[in-house]
Amino acid sequence: MSTAIRWFWFASPQTFYPLAGAIARVSAVGAALLVAAGLYVGFFVAPTDAQQGEVYRVIFIHVPAAWMSMFLYVVMAFWAAIGLAFNTRLSAMMASAIAPTGALFTFVALWTGALWGRPTWGTYWVWDARLTSELILLFLYLGFMALQAAIDDARRADRAGAVLAIVGVVNVPIIYYSVQWWNTLHQGASVSLTRAPSMASTMLAGMLLMALAFWLYSIAATLARVRCIIRERA
Amino acid sequence: MSWGSWGEFWAMGGKGFFVWGSYAVTFACLALEVYFLRRRSREAKT
Amino acid sequence: MIAAARTILARDLRIVLRRPGDAATALLFFVIVASLFPLGVGAEPNLLRAVAPGVIWVAALLASMLSLARLFAADHADGTLEQLLLGSAPLGVVSAAKVLAHWLVSGLPLVAIAPLIALQYDLAPELYGTLALSLLLGTPVLGFIGAIGAALTLGLRGAGVLLALLVLPLYVPVLILGAGSVEMVSAGLAPDGQLLLLAALLVVSAAFAPWAIAAALRISTE
Repeated sequence: MSTAIRWFWFASPQTFYPLAGAIARVSAVGAALLVAAGLYVGFFVAPTDAQQGEVYRVIFIHVPAAWMSMFLYVVMAFWAAIGLAFNTRLSAMMASAIAPTGALFTFVALWTGALWGRPTWGTYWVWDARLTSELILLFLYLGFMALQAAIDDARRADRAGAVLAIVGVVNVPIIYYSVQWWNTLHQGASVSLTRAPSMASTMLAGMLLMALAFWLYSIAATLARVRCIIRERA
Repeated sequence: MSWGSWGEFWAMGGKGFFVWGSYAVTFACLALEVYFLRRRSREAKT
Repeated sequence: MIAAARTILARDLRIVLRRPGDAATALLFFVIVASLFPLGVGAEPNLLRAVAPGVIWVAALLASMLSLARLFAADHADGTLEQLLLGSAPLGVVSAAKVLAHWLVSGLPLVAIAPLIALQYDLAPELYGTLALSLLLGTPVLGFIGAIGAALTLGLRGAGVLLALLVLPLYVPVLILGAGSVEMVSAGLAPDGQLLLLAALLVVSAAFAPWAIAAALRISTE
């Protein structure tokens, strides 16, 4: 009972505001340190890849960005659903604060995927199942942001965005599997990047460090944006 | 991994454009987001 | 409840039949879009046969999206929607009835006219059945998903373009499965898997979309 009260106490934007600032600052510092560590491991500790040479080092941002892009969409839908179910304003604000950062990581995953694809596949864009689903994920993020931007009334924007995010998150696995099936039907890119067993442990360490860094960065950016939204709506 | 020289480091085995192109755009995007967040936060304060 | 759905259905159909031009426009759009592709990619018969399932499905997607904006707009403008929201009939049932009515006048004609387009593309005769069946199963799914978008964008400025942005990414599975089923047959394989998955999408969207539409309508009108 008391924990429930405490949760709803934090659900009030006014009480959350200073807490968000503190968490954002700590996360930002942590993200900066982890990026430095991740880049060091990625460029100076991890060995040259036997098959791909040096170009594989894109993996240290590509894979973490792709992870974050998908993870953030789920988190966004989670907060949107909470906001719709319990009518807590802060949850809806969290959802709209996550969207731009999620879209950013989706774009980064696509961009680095294209630049990685050129030397390994010989072309900037292949209709690979993962790249294609990532592209559609970007459209979903942009749709969410466009819908919220088009609605002037904050309450309607929150709730309409929530419905869209929930419909979207239900669709994401369906889209992913249908795109994967479509990919096998057309046999476009038969080159696979799945070569986990051969990955050196230092490569994995660099990737995990960068993933953690992006994760902390997302927390910092989201909370900073939530603070802006709280103030703008006050 | 030890690089022979800085030139070798920036060349990335001849694939420097792809590696540094990825890293440059990624960190430029993050820096832009931070910049816009700071500006928005300043505007919201006043 | 059934009576309410039947009333809505009959009313919506009556309105459309009074002004059949509206429904015909989307159909014409479908035919024109499909006819433009050969002009763009060239009239080489083998190429046309290869792209036909995809082209017909993309054109169907665009056509069904185009007519969506009308789904709730008129009812919203003349206050009927508010009455429906306040009425005793469950809003989910009302939404489902409206989607069904919309499909009967926009989706079903599409299914009927698709063989004509297939003829233009010199599609093999054994593909016609699968094409029609996939459209028959797929277009109602487009209607259900699209209606959520139409309800969310109700009364917004620039609703048409926004609707496209929201809805088209969600149409991807239907497009892949629909066009894929036809391509399976042309590759000499059985399309059962794709058609069954399309049917599953139809069942799931028919079960859940009406409630999402209802929630979106409440959000947009309050």
